[in-house]
Amino acid sequence: MSKTLSIIKIGREFEVSVGMEYEMIIGLEVHVELSTKSKIYCSCTTDFGGDANTHTCPICTGMPGVLPILNKKVVEYAVKTGLATNCTIAEYSKQDRKNYFYPDLPKAYQISQYDLPICQNGYIDIEVEGKTKRIGITRIHIEEDAGKLMHDEHEIGTLIDYNRCGVPLIEIVTEPDMQSAQEAKAFVESLRAILQYIDVSDCKMQEGSLRVDVNLSVRPKGQKEFGTRTEMKNLNSLRSIVRAVESEAKRQIAVIEDGKIIVQETRRWDEHKGISYSMRTKEEAHDYRYFPEPDLMPIVVDEKWKEKIRKSLPELPDARRRRYINEFGLPEHDALIITGSKALADFFEDAAIKSNNPKAVSNFILGDVSRILNEKGMEAEDIPFSAEDLAKLVGLIEKGTISGTIAKKVLEKMFEQNKDPETIVREEGLEVVSDEKVLAEVVKKIISNNSQSVEDYRKGKDKAFGFLVGQAMKETRGKANPQLINKLLKAELDNKIL
Amino acid sequence: MELYQLTVHEMCDLIRSKKVSVVELTQSLLDRINAVDAKIESYITVLGDEALNRAKKVQERIDKGEAVSPLAGIPMALKDNICTKNVKTTCASKMLNNFIPPYDATVSKKLYNEDTVLLGKLNMDEFAMGSSTENSYFKITRNPWNVERVPGGSSGGSAASVAAGMTGFALGSDTGGSIRQPASFCGIVGMKPTYGAVSRFGLVAFASSMDQIGPLTKDVTDCAIVLNAITGYDPMDSTSANIKYPDYSKALINDVKGIRIGIPKEYIAEETNPEVKKAVLDAAETLRKLGAQLEEFSLPLTEYAIPAYYLISSAEASSNLARYDGIKYGYRAEKYTDLLDLYIQTRSEGFGVEVKRRILLGTYALSSGYYDAYYKKALQVRTLIKNAFNEAFAKYDVLLGPTAPTTAYKIGEKKDNPLEMYLEDIYTVSVNIAGLPGLTIPCGFDISNLPIGLQLIGKPFDESTLLRVGYTFEQNTEYHKNRARI
Repeated sequence: MSKTLSIIKIGREFEVSVGMEYEMIIGLEVHVELSTKSKIYCSCTTDFGGDANTHTCPICTGMPGVLPILNKKVVEYAVKTGLATNCTIAEYSKQDRKNYFYPDLPKAYQISQYDLPICQNGYIDIEVEGKTKRIGITRIHIEEDAGKLMHDEHEIGTLIDYNRCGVPLIEIVTEPDMQSAQEAKAFVESLRAILQYIDVSDCKMQEGSLRVDVNLSVRPKGQKEFGTRTEMKNLNSLRSIVRAVESEAKRQIAVIEDGKIIVQETRRWDEHKGISYSMRTKEEAHDYRYFPEPDLMPIVVDEKWKEKIRKSLPELPDARRRRYINEFGLPEHDALIITGSKALADFFEDAAIKSNNPKAVSNFILGDVSRILNEKGMEAEDIPFSAEDLAKLVGLIEKGTISGTIAKKVLEKMFEQNKDPETIVREEGLEVVSDEKVLAEVVKKIISNNSQSVEDYRKGKDKAFGFLVGQAMKETRGKANPQLINKLLKAELDNKIL
Repeated sequence: MELYQLTVHEMCDLIRSKKVSVVELTQSLLDRINAVDAKIESYITVLGDEALNRAKKVQERIDKGEAVSPLAGIPMALKDNICTKNVKTTCASKMLNNFIPPYDATVSKKLYNEDTVLLGKLNMDEFAMGSSTENSYFKITRNPWNVERVPGGSSGGSAASVAAGMTGFALGSDTGGSIRQPASFCGIVGMKPTYGAVSRFGLVAFASSMDQIGPLTKDVTDCAIVLNAITGYDPMDSTSANIKYPDYSKALINDVKGIRIGIPKEYIAEETNPEVKKAVLDAAETLRKLGAQLEEFSLPLTEYAIPAYYLISSAEASSNLARYDGIKYGYRAEKYTDLLDLYIQTRSEGFGVEVKRRILLGTYALSSGYYDAYYKKALQVRTLIKNAFNEAFAKYDVLLGPTAPTTAYKIGEKKDNPLEMYLEDIYTVSVNIAGLPGLTIPCGFDISNLPIGLQLIGKPFDESTLLRVGYTFEQNTEYHKNRARI
């Protein structure tokens, strides 16, 4: 690494010890598997998994003489995406062949769209560090996915599974409008939320249904011309995107600082090693020999169809976020996070209405629910209990049946057991103890067992009071009504002083 | 006349009147194949017992009154690029030497539904690339009129088998003349329907935007009967036209009065063989006498049709044939070092010279830096040629000319001169470029007794007018009654 290089901050700009400041320019290509029931050009199922080569037919395996038939749903989903991302929908678009040899591509060409994509010129607004930024969408086009190569465990050779062949994809290409890893991440998050809201994809990055390629270049701050860009492939998590962007920006700056030139190339990101390596340079790039697909007719989306699709669009994340702020009084930040996932937002809204206490529900969701999901590596759609159950839990606190501390325990159990919170509280005897006689006995016991703390309290140490309350709560395994304990303890101690 | 010499409609009459059984008819054609195909070499696969079993079942269906199609019980054969479930479909290529499709082409299904009996699969130029059927991996098909001559191509096996009485009728495919030119060379009737009139599903693609399946028959009546069976919208083919198709047998009218026929000057040019030219102009005169209005006119851009055709068709072919990579089915080289080498060896060994020539040409035409100069330019020419035809059809109902500039030439004569071979297609390729229907019917013989074909070109989806003009000509001449003596 160059000795002059010392990146102080990775973000919107870089500071280097020689005084040169760099900025990065990022554009994304996002491939999204659409959740249509059947494939794009045949009637095979798109279901993930299944024994190898069982979701195939002569059409998706490229047998001689077969012809593709475009699945209309794919066009509908692409148009839906275009409308939800403020694109212009082409009344007339066409499909093209992208020719290259690879064993996972049975026809040796991929049917895609070249110069007349279905959607163009859209945008998404993202939010980073409280600031809104508009990211342009150059185009969205439809295409077919390829199969999967697997290196055989017995080392006989490479095996091919064509199940994924012909699963419909949309490719969303952005303008080079992002300037930091956080912006790239925010874009993918916003896009993912929109796609989930309009229900065109499950967007499961770990299953490959949302894949991101990053185009990145750096340039000295103030320079108008773009630097030479590289393309990084194989980024299948938000974490990968952030790490890959930061690593690639560092690498490019180091190359420049070394007085060398950035090579235009495609690089593969290795998540385990945390580095990218060159796959092929521009000179080695394929000549895809695109030409119009003669087996398919032009795609026509007339005004009537377009309007029908527009009317079918649900409330989108932005609108919902504004509504949560206005209607439920959520803070901007909370609303942003909750609406970032459709499943989470649906869950929130349902629980908020049922409990009539949006703020409490939001606190649970952003706090313990999110923490537990994280720990368990689960997504919002995997929450094992209903929104109604969460509403009930909130209700139990409101009614004073359980304390906030106990509620956390109940929530943990709700993730593990298929029981509603009321059943859990009842079965485990977690109700708040508000019986003054019972609690008075507890208080007496605590005072007699902790004479030192009682002494300290008398000397005016407030901390000691807290300690004694804690002991009382502990004695009742957290079930004691805290206000009552406070009152009784204070009375008892003060009584003794008097 | 022997059974094998009969037309489809004559065979149909005999079957319906129970003068002959489907099994007898099938057996007589199988005998004929056994007797003469060693000389003609038109079949790649002959279905013996399967055909006879099928014939038995069809006869039962006819007896029960379940099979009523005019094609019921008619033995037929298909060009070997039309997929037949469980029957080898090779495209006359080493690459698909052992390929057995697990599906039927739509036309195969349609013909089975009409209760026809499949006799076998017919030889062709490899992947339909060629005009002489010399480019087959398996064998060279010979012209039944003179076995030293080519039968034309690429549907040479289809044309020769019909002409030699080895099948009731055959289907071929026509991308640049591959039905019409061999039909012309073999003295039979051949029709390339309008692009979109016959489903391409299951036709192994050569040039998708021009390929079209059509019938090769002994007369125009047979052509109409087969056309009725194979045309129609197919949801499995996006380029298939969803329109109402007429009953073509109703077009068999012996009357051309008032029909306006244009003769493109460029089609009776100097390079046209004088004997061919004379026969074609004589045929035009016959039609004029029968009441048609004839006029010569200039059809511009004819000279650009060949280069445009070879660029577009080769470009599409280079992509269509890329799937033959040795991975999934078909031929794979025995020795290779890695993936790239597997591709190289497989494709070098599996394809013949002409196929490789076209793949190279097409790949080049689509390459970055050359696309605009070749492929794109060819597409522009295509539009202009379509426009020229549109203008012509504003004035005429039918265009008339020779099908090929020559009669059947000697085997080997043009094999080493691809350019000369390509020029064989000069009168036929424009029709594919513009997606129009084209019919060839016999209209004479040259001094060596080789058949001459008359080509009639029609408006899109107006096969009926072509059939009407062809039928009228047939009813007033005897050429179609001549059978090759073999």
